[in-house]
Amino acid sequence: MAFRRKDILTLEDMSVQEMQAILDNASSFKEILGRDIKKVPTLRGKSILTLFYEASTRTRTSFELAGKYLSADTVNIATTTSAIVKGETLKDTAWTVEAMGIDCIVMRHPIAGAPHFLARICQASIVNAGDGMHEHPTQGLLDMFSIAERKGRLKDLKVAIIGDIFHSRVARSNIWGLGKMGADVWLAGPSTLIPPEVERMGESFGSRGGRLRVTCRVEEAIEAADVVMVLRLQLERQKKGLFPSIREYARLFGVNRRRLALAKDDFILMHPGPMNRGVEIASDAADADYSAIIDQVTNGVAVRMAILYLLLGGGGGEEAVADKGGEVR
Amino acid sequence: MKLIIKGGLVADPVTGKTELLDVVVEDGRVVRLDKPPTGADQMAMVIDATGQVVLPGLIDAHTHLREPGQEHKEDIASGTAAAALGGFTTVAAMANTDPVIDSRTEVEFVLKRAAETGLVNVLPVGAVTKGQKGEELAELGDMAEAGAVAFSDDGQAIANAELMRCALEYAKMFGRPIIDHCQDESLTSEGVMHQGYWSTILGLRGIPAAAEEVQVARDIILVGRTGGRLHLTHLSSAGSLDLLRWAKERGLPVTADVTPHHLSLTDEVVRRLDYDTGTKVNPPFRSQRDLEALRQAVGEGLIDLIATDHAPHHFDDKDVEYNYASFGIVGLETAVGLVVTNLVEPGILDWAGVARLMSLGPARLFGLKAKGRLEAGGDADLTIIDPKAEWTVDPAGFASKGRNTPFGGMVLRGRVTATIVRGRPVVLDGKLVEQ
Repeated sequence: MAFRRKDILTLEDMSVQEMQAILDNASSFKEILGRDIKKVPTLRGKSILTLFYEASTRTRTSFELAGKYLSADTVNIATTTSAIVKGETLKDTAWTVEAMGIDCIVMRHPIAGAPHFLARICQASIVNAGDGMHEHPTQGLLDMFSIAERKGRLKDLKVAIIGDIFHSRVARSNIWGLGKMGADVWLAGPSTLIPPEVERMGESFGSRGGRLRVTCRVEEAIEAADVVMVLRLQLERQKKGLFPSIREYARLFGVNRRRLALAKDDFILMHPGPMNRGVEIASDAADADYSAIIDQVTNGVAVRMAILYLLLGGGGGEEAVADKGGEVR
Repeated sequence: MKLIIKGGLVADPVTGKTELLDVVVEDGRVVRLDKPPTGADQMAMVIDATGQVVLPGLIDAHTHLREPGQEHKEDIASGTAAAALGGFTTVAAMANTDPVIDSRTEVEFVLKRAAETGLVNVLPVGAVTKGQKGEELAELGDMAEAGAVAFSDDGQAIANAELMRCALEYAKMFGRPIIDHCQDESLTSEGVMHQGYWSTILGLRGIPAAAEEVQVARDIILVGRTGGRLHLTHLSSAGSLDLLRWAKERGLPVTADVTPHHLSLTDEVVRRLDYDTGTKVNPPFRSQRDLEALRQAVGEGLIDLIATDHAPHHFDDKDVEYNYASFGIVGLETAVGLVVTNLVEPGILDWAGVARLMSLGPARLFGLKAKGRLEAGGDADLTIIDPKAEWTVDPAGFASKGRNTPFGGMVLRGRVTATIVRGRPVVLDGKLVEQ
């Protein structure tokens, strides 16, 4: 299928076919990551900017490496060392870098919809690397890739997403992506951290989509799950009265070996990072054999290579994937 | 100067009747309404209103003119030009200017500037509290004497219940209403749109309907205790309407308005327009259920008036990320089109109903005896509307300095063709008359 879009902003607006194209391409790119010389000339002459208005370790680094492995030129703007501290607006920042010939801007921003704003005013391709509480589509795709890699499919799997759903862009992208691909998605967390009317998202999964269920009982979500995905808890939420203490959160909603015993025998455990060990996830669980947390990071590079390739180099069509194979040699 | 408006369908908000009448105007007053044809009069200017609707001049009870202090957003000249084009012959200027209209000096300033530069009547609204800080009462008596028609801290909610009680009690002495923008700040928690399905999908912080309802309930209870006159502005939620109905059934002196934009759109528009900051407004666009309840309440007569909450902002205030953008929509130039398209065309309101909600209702709120209806001896403020004319909203063509609207490009029915203020046409053929 043709992959023709200027930007990647959400999984809400992405079709099953488009998501599948990214996942398929990511498999071929993952093979490159296993090589001694991890570089192909696919995006030679293209330039990519990572523009991060929030702190990030893995997302920013994996985009930068994905670009470099594809031979693109990558530059980074961290907001603390740029003219943004002098009060430069997002519009002016974007137009400034675009005037230098940037082909793709990968942006993380604390405000939902900021990438949509950028996409409207820029010719460059925009990739949303996380916008406020809205979406983190490339995280959703790498999670889907990691699950499919271990399980061979997404359809009809039971995926439990546990924790602070309300503030989580990772949760929203995974709900859309997994739900549309046919997984049954369960959300669990304290009632104060479940966003209003979230269950209605399930109505928009499409004809091949899975179901969406919401519960405040972590055990119910984990029971017979194929995948348990734990979300990061931002500890300062406690000050706003959303839950009484870290201690109570860990007791009632923390994912530990005892709770994970309810999952299927061959379940996998995921976390988008960074983890609060001992709060939302127990260390002995995070480091156990069933943990796919480190795989997620590796797959993040492969999935982002696929995304950059499809946006900047692919031009669409299955033959483009074949072309890339040729270039690899 | 003598003026005859011929052949128009005149809507009477008092009797609820609509009939073909010629309106004869002299020296700023309506002299009489005649069954046509009125005899020729060589001395009179004639406006042919055949096929059009003639209403008592529209009055906007909630306009932000931004002068003094924020003239980059709007001033009295541009704001009243927008009002005239939108069919408004009178606007009530909200107090959240810089400095705040919280003493006689600012009230007199607004009146003076309006006399110098205004195209329509301007009624100053004074602040309830000094600097709109919500701490101490402003000099309501002195401002009333200087010409303030009502008091409001609009833009801010009056969080302190005791202060609100005092304001209602004190303003009673001067026969002026308190206009409250109801919003419990502790429930708003940095929200930027309605809290519901779409805020969940879009990842934007929500403003729950409860933030409005909690304060509406509090205010109504305080009116019960004080007998003060309360006007609830820009109600947006179905729950607030239930509370309003409760208050009215008990005969409490409480009235309310809704805006044309809340009668037109739901929170889904934030998704549809992809976070366009033109959709950011406070109170926010609510759910489909709320929209339907608002329309029904307008049709049933529970709502006393329609007010625009015209809130112009500079381009730069809106050309930013959603959370950073200012709240507000310009309303004066789209009000009639939205009301006709969304209320008159679907049969929720007839033309007498439009006159009741947009002329008589606000005139009663401010105690304006000579405005709000068309009758011999009354002020010759008139609005003429072509009810079938279709037009496309073009923000670039607004007379207002603000172009912040989610309605750009929308096709609306019902266009203002003429606006007459105290017997003087300020808009003819849909265009400002050269002064």
